[in-house]
Amino acid sequence: MPGIDNIPNQPLIRVEDLCKAYRLDRHANQPVFHQVLFDINLEIYSGEFIAIMGQSGSGKSTLMNILGCLDTPTSGNYWLAGRNVAYLSNDELARVRNHGIGFVFQGFNLLKRMTALDNVAIPLLYAGMSRNESREHALTLLQQTGLGQFTLHYPNQLSGGQQQRVAISRALVNQPQLILADEPTGNLDTQTSHEIMTLFKQLNGGQGITIILVTHEDDIASYANRTIRLKDGRIIQDKNKGPL
Amino acid sequence: MNLLIIIDEAFRALRLNRLRTGLTMLGMIIGVAAVVLMLSIGQGAQAHISSTITSMGSHLLLVVPGATSSGGLRFGSGSVKTLTAGDAQAVAELPSVEATAPVVSGIAQFSYGANNWSTTITGVTPDYFSVGNWEIEDGSIFSEADLRSATRLAVLGKITAENLFGKEDPTGKTLRIANRPFLVVGVLAVKGQSLSGRDQDDNVFIPLTTAQRQILGNQFPGSINYMMVQGKSADMMEEAEMEITRLLRQRHRLSDRMENDFTVRNLTALAAVASTTAKIMAWMLGAIASISLLVGGIGIMNIMLVSVTERTREIGIRMAIGASRRAILTQFLLEALMICILGGLTGVVLGISGAWTISQIADMPVVITLGMIGLAFTFVSVIGISFGFYPAKKAASLKPVEALRYE
Repeated sequence: MPGIDNIPNQPLIRVEDLCKAYRLDRHANQPVFHQVLFDINLEIYSGEFIAIMGQSGSGKSTLMNILGCLDTPTSGNYWLAGRNVAYLSNDELARVRNHGIGFVFQGFNLLKRMTALDNVAIPLLYAGMSRNESREHALTLLQQTGLGQFTLHYPNQLSGGQQQRVAISRALVNQPQLILADEPTGNLDTQTSHEIMTLFKQLNGGQGITIILVTHEDDIASYANRTIRLKDGRIIQDKNKGPL
Repeated sequence: MNLLIIIDEAFRALRLNRLRTGLTMLGMIIGVAAVVLMLSIGQGAQAHISSTITSMGSHLLLVVPGATSSGGLRFGSGSVKTLTAGDAQAVAELPSVEATAPVVSGIAQFSYGANNWSTTITGVTPDYFSVGNWEIEDGSIFSEADLRSATRLAVLGKITAENLFGKEDPTGKTLRIANRPFLVVGVLAVKGQSLSGRDQDDNVFIPLTTAQRQILGNQFPGSINYMMVQGKSADMMEEAEMEITRLLRQRHRLSDRMENDFTVRNLTALAAVASTTAKIMAWMLGAIASISLLVGGIGIMNIMLVSVTERTREIGIRMAIGASRRAILTQFLLEALMICILGGLTGVVLGISGAWTISQIADMPVVITLGMIGLAFTFVSVIGISFGFYPAKKAASLKPVEALRYE
């Protein structure tokens, strides 16, 4: 499987001089660029729990998208488990996302016309598993995240917290090394937010899954061991909270 | 993701929007039904014409007298009786000719018991029945000997037999033609209409000599109305035409400056024109119907484009969790293809039942072939793939980041 194989003593993620710029006006004679990320250098080791913070427009979501292989950088390099994934083809990136990375979004991003069970099972289907086998795996995960009795519910029949748990189960179903969570508590009330963060903490502590979290709330970020602060496309602070 | 699962996903997507799927499919259904219907009607007409041609007899020439001129006055074909039974005999000797059938005809009154009926009486030689591809249903035809002795024998067309004898078996009975008794020796099988639309079964055939001498009478003894000539083979027809013309000019003592006093018509060529016309009609009907199929295809493309836009976010999510562009492309292409194929199936069923209904109600010949259905399906699949491809491609080339951000 072309997923992420963890090589000891090597960072899971190594980012080198990463830049991202968007071309604003496609049709202008003189191209106008808007640079979002400036020379980002970053190393993340397996098992870390990282919060990326910053105001809106700081480039944290763009960085997140590149780390998640949803987007490619303009320049610089990105090694994921020793493999340079910065300039892979679309289909190779899709395979990396499918096998190595789990995503959790602010808006949950579940497929509305599918049951919780089927939502969790889709990544396995794209990995080539049969419908029945993938459902069995999905069921196990939903039971682990405490949603055993909601498997046949549709997303609109579930509360926000339950939906996010389904999304987390979906992110976990391919057993990724890395989970990227983009403001996972943004749409949730305080109590549910803390429940979800506790779940992340458990996944990080119990299963050693590397978690990268984007947030702008300090109390959510405090669940992480390391906080990276971005401002205007540059890292302005990178601080470890405690012992890893 | 394997194909079966993608098909299943496509099915779910289509089921979710039943009304929209149904309406889009309707375009395909109507298109395919129209194509099948039009092709079956067209091919039915074609089959009808070719069966008429076969019933007429194969490689036939028709020699009609006339088109003479007298003192500067020209007369149209058939206006003067210049052909004789002797001409027919001479033509039969030609190397390119298989057989000839001289014919005289007129209208006469027939009676049997209390019934009477008026129709065409045709004087013919025994060869006429083989040349004209007639089949005998009951009894027999008359012989050469009967012809020589001008016996009063009659062979009836099916319609005449029914009109005069009702349910009785006419064979062996005696009917009266122009008040003279004739023995019925046979009844012919049904042949239907000729290319000109005349009912060929309303006819009484008697020996040529009998007709000439006893019934129709003639200002020129031995003259005939026309003769049918059967060529040896289809590719000898032109040769036969030339030989007949040369022979008849010679027999009629026409000098080089005089026009022919007869006309040779190639019936087979005429029939070929008729069948070509029918074929062109069939294809034209099909082509017109296929325009509606094309319109249906555009409808599919339109709906798929709307669907791709509506489901941009879904596409983004699928890509984020690992769907390759190919998987997305396949899913949307299959959705379009499934609309086409389901619509095509329904359309074929509808087209066939429509054709059947028309054949029952309007008494029109329709032909439904597997090839026709295959053609409709090929067409439908081509439309599904070509009109479904652009929207699918559009879906597959979305950027995951932008698709995820789409509201």
